[in-house]
Amino acid sequence: MSRPLWKESAAAISARVRAGEITAVEAMDAGWDGPASLWEHDVHAVVHTDREARHAAAEAAPARGLLAGVPVLVKDNLCTVDYPTTCCSRILAGYHAPYDATVVRRLREAGAVIVGKGNMDEFAMGSSTEFSCYGPTRNPWDLSRVPGGSSGGPAAAVAYGLVPVALGSDTGGSVRQPAAFCGVYGLKPTYGRLSRYGLVAFGSSLDQVGIFARHAGDVATTFAALAGWDEYDATSRPAPAPDVSNWDAGVTGLRFGWPANLWANGVDGAIVDALERSANALERAGGTRVPMEFLPGEYAVAAYYLVATAEASSNLARFDGVRYGLRSSDATDVRSLYVRSRSEGFGPEVRRRILLGTYALSSGYYDAYYLQAQRARTRIRREYARAFESCDFLLLPAAPTLPFRVGEKVDDPLAMYLSDVFTIGANLAGTPGLSVPVGVTPEGLPTAVQLLGPQDGEGALLRAARAIEVNGDVARLPREHEVEASWPGKR
Amino acid sequence: MAWEAVIGLECHIQLRTRTKMFCECEVVFGDEANSHVCPTCLGLPGALPRLNAGAIRMALRLGLALGCDIRHESQFARKNYFYPDMPKNYQITQYDRPLFEHGTLPVVVEGEAREFALTRIHCEEDAGKSFHPERTGDRSRSRVEFNRAGTPLLELVTEPVLRSPADCAAFLVTLRRLVRALGISDADMEKGQLRCDANVSLRPEGASLLGVKTELKNLNSIKGVERGVAAEIERQRRALDSGERIVQATLLYDADHDKLAIMRTKEQAHDYRYFPDPDLPLLVVSEAELEQARASLPELPWRRVQRFVAQYGLPPYDAAVLGDSRELADYYEECAAGLDPKFVANWLMTEALRAVNERAWDVARWTAQVPAARMADFLGRVARKELPGPLAKQFIGWLADEAGGVDELLARHGVSVKGTAEDLRPIVKAVLDENPGPVAQYLAGKTVTMGFLVGQVMKKSGGQAVPTLAQQLLIEEMAARS
Amino acid sequence: MRIDRDEVRRIAELARLEIADDDAAAVAGQLSGVLDFVATLQQLDLDGCEPSTFAPADAPPREDVPGVRGLDPFAATAAAPESDEGYFVVPPVVENVNP
Repeated sequence: MSRPLWKESAAAISARVRAGEITAVEAMDAGWDGPASLWEHDVHAVVHTDREARHAAAEAAPARGLLAGVPVLVKDNLCTVDYPTTCCSRILAGYHAPYDATVVRRLREAGAVIVGKGNMDEFAMGSSTEFSCYGPTRNPWDLSRVPGGSSGGPAAAVAYGLVPVALGSDTGGSVRQPAAFCGVYGLKPTYGRLSRYGLVAFGSSLDQVGIFARHAGDVATTFAALAGWDEYDATSRPAPAPDVSNWDAGVTGLRFGWPANLWANGVDGAIVDALERSANALERAGGTRVPMEFLPGEYAVAAYYLVATAEASSNLARFDGVRYGLRSSDATDVRSLYVRSRSEGFGPEVRRRILLGTYALSSGYYDAYYLQAQRARTRIRREYARAFESCDFLLLPAAPTLPFRVGEKVDDPLAMYLSDVFTIGANLAGTPGLSVPVGVTPEGLPTAVQLLGPQDGEGALLRAARAIEVNGDVARLPREHEVEASWPGKR
Repeated sequence: MAWEAVIGLECHIQLRTRTKMFCECEVVFGDEANSHVCPTCLGLPGALPRLNAGAIRMALRLGLALGCDIRHESQFARKNYFYPDMPKNYQITQYDRPLFEHGTLPVVVEGEAREFALTRIHCEEDAGKSFHPERTGDRSRSRVEFNRAGTPLLELVTEPVLRSPADCAAFLVTLRRLVRALGISDADMEKGQLRCDANVSLRPEGASLLGVKTELKNLNSIKGVERGVAAEIERQRRALDSGERIVQATLLYDADHDKLAIMRTKEQAHDYRYFPDPDLPLLVVSEAELEQARASLPELPWRRVQRFVAQYGLPPYDAAVLGDSRELADYYEECAAGLDPKFVANWLMTEALRAVNERAWDVARWTAQVPAARMADFLGRVARKELPGPLAKQFIGWLADEAGGVDELLARHGVSVKGTAEDLRPIVKAVLDENPGPVAQYLAGKTVTMGFLVGQVMKKSGGQAVPTLAQQLLIEEMAARS
Repeated sequence: MRIDRDEVRRIAELARLEIADDDAAAVAGQLSGVLDFVATLQQLDLDGCEPSTFAPADAPPREDVPGVRGLDPFAATAAAPESDEGYFVVPPVVENVNP
């Protein structure tokens, strides 16, 4: 066998599983015996797994479906019956959900094997996966750097070859930014397309389950397997999801917006370079560049932090030590039970955001903060809608910088918040966005661009991503030759 | 100084849907703890709410019946506060865009027709239940369960337009009758299906400004509301008369001891941080849905009472008693079909309802035991004088406690009714023969003697004679002899 | 917008979080910084911008029919720190407030 299984796409694995050439167990073990044995100890992408559970899942998986036998890591804020669901928070230590999230259920129905839970910033609040109660995930391209966040574990696992596909969640860029930092694809779909039932809520009106993969086609296949109305999520949309089966149809005739004013300053040169190369690749493939001025503005960051924290302050009220999760041992009455359990259970960033959100909703401030932010969202939606009148999608950075160093921004919340400036617009507007890897810098760090589309514009985003993949730099794995050399894979 | 009480009520009506407001768990009263719960109503991480369309259809019936302004796009909001029986530590309710505003409830208070204005009615979910044991020993724990959590509620708020405890009681009786007639709630206050808080303030009679109000909670019967409000009015009157100021506060009424206890003052008031619930779409009510709800409305209880007066000539009081529940009113109309409606009304109100009370039954038990057809058969015979009055009254008990038709019951109790003139004439003749004195007195013009003679006939017939017939035959026979 | 330590304590009380006295000043500083930043929203021209809502209004409603996703008392209380006979158990409620 020429190509190791852990380097295969989900499409190739599922085709071979369906054909009976390999089993789901083999497909899964390839990642664990190969790259994980080299990487996982240092990268720490996975927080909950065990050999027995994942083997049971692999053996139970049907050898049919879009994702037959494809091993998938899911972020630790998606409920699964076979692994703990803790949101990487002390307050949920040891918690087992009694139900599968709808997207997890659909993965299993499509033949996928859930191999474990991915590391994340506690309750998805962070941009570096440093705020996890289990310790940080590190970037497999450079272990001194962060993988981005909050879905850093799933992003890193896909990057180093543990799994070909992983699920994260994206409230303000938590899929697209780590995808960019780890050199993989990361899709945040249109709000309401992937069910939120079983996704532990952070900012309900912003949260969306997202998909990581090393190939544009695998993103499309996974999206097709998961998207669609879920009666258990009243915010999911009943109309049929967009058809993305033409992800390989090319970009001839598609116009892409080129808002160069956005990266006039404050954006790393390597990323500006990646943008140019991507634009050239799209033009070579038949796309048309539409230069434009586009200013989502800093106010979007402000609106985002008010809405996200306000909703979070209410969503996280249920963690109180009564029905599940951590209960402080020195509570004497219900009030101290709440205060002690929550103060011991939530980390500093979560506490900070709960306080900010509580303040934004409290008597006398609601109109000035929360309501104003929701009105600003309407303006942002209109600005996006206007931009999409003259183009099919926008090309812009996913993050303003390359992966930063572990510890660099931990103590500066505002700097961390501002690193989301290019991603939060899509969450505020409820529109789709896709991070596309565009090669590696001479120093060995991945670069990426972001494509933003109008509502239900996933098809065009994937076609563009595929065009960049074919015409530009293909995603590759860090130190893949070393892994290959050390891997005993003769299967 | 003369004071006037100003009272506003906040009522919670538990809807009798099959499932909860935001999840598909069954609504069950008094089953094993936590046996009707799911991820949503337990507030588990990741679970989401889904609105029960049936609950909204029920709500629309109430809004239409009360003539409320209906908001075509209303909104659910989160009310944030921590309490162990509140699974998410927020309640899904409606805040600044409720489903209904305005509207009135027509109420008869002590014979006078009034219209009480409403502020709003909105939809929300109920909490679970906490059980606080008596504190004994050094370890005390509360227990919590969530079978009730998520049960659909309507919260109805009145304007401050009630003036007396009697107003409150009449309002609640009328509201209870209405929601039962609409089939949307069993509204049993003891079971918490109808709950009521009262806001009470006093002001100098004739003043138009409102005084400082207190909120009265834990009023779990209509009597409790009446007494609690009376106690609070009295407490405030005494305080004001002695020059004290009323402090805004929440009080608990202890019905067993007829006492009020201050629960908290305004300084401890909550900041609920309401905001629109991002998990739920706007609640959109279409014209078609409204039309459907309108078509499903039964005749409203107060209209039915008015009709009973107009159509059957019943006195307003009788009409109100018989119109008290849809069940009783339906029963009355079925029994009265083909008979004199006033005659049937009298029998139901005096004899049948007395039998119900004596047995501590409810009307449902009565109508199950004595279906309208059985009752109508019986009443028809009474009306045609085929059953004598005293026997008929005894007969009510047999109907209530035994099975079988009228003839079967007569046979079982060995009664052969001396119903016809043929049956009675020999007895009448014998009585006249045996009582020449009273007969002479009667013939001499002392008409009261007739009572004695009828009594003798009744006695001789073993109570089975129909008195009016006996009297008629006595007069005939005496005329024939003289 | 400056938040002082008392304001931090008021918010912490609403959120049922404990802020040590030593930390209150630091938290107040951080929150003030973020609030200064979000104050840019106040200057924004939002004429004609209604607050956004995102849930679709065209989803079919849930009919009033019992479903199958219920939990039994054992499963319901399986993750509870303390339970007894299917009940969740909590320390006594001292603030006797159930609004």
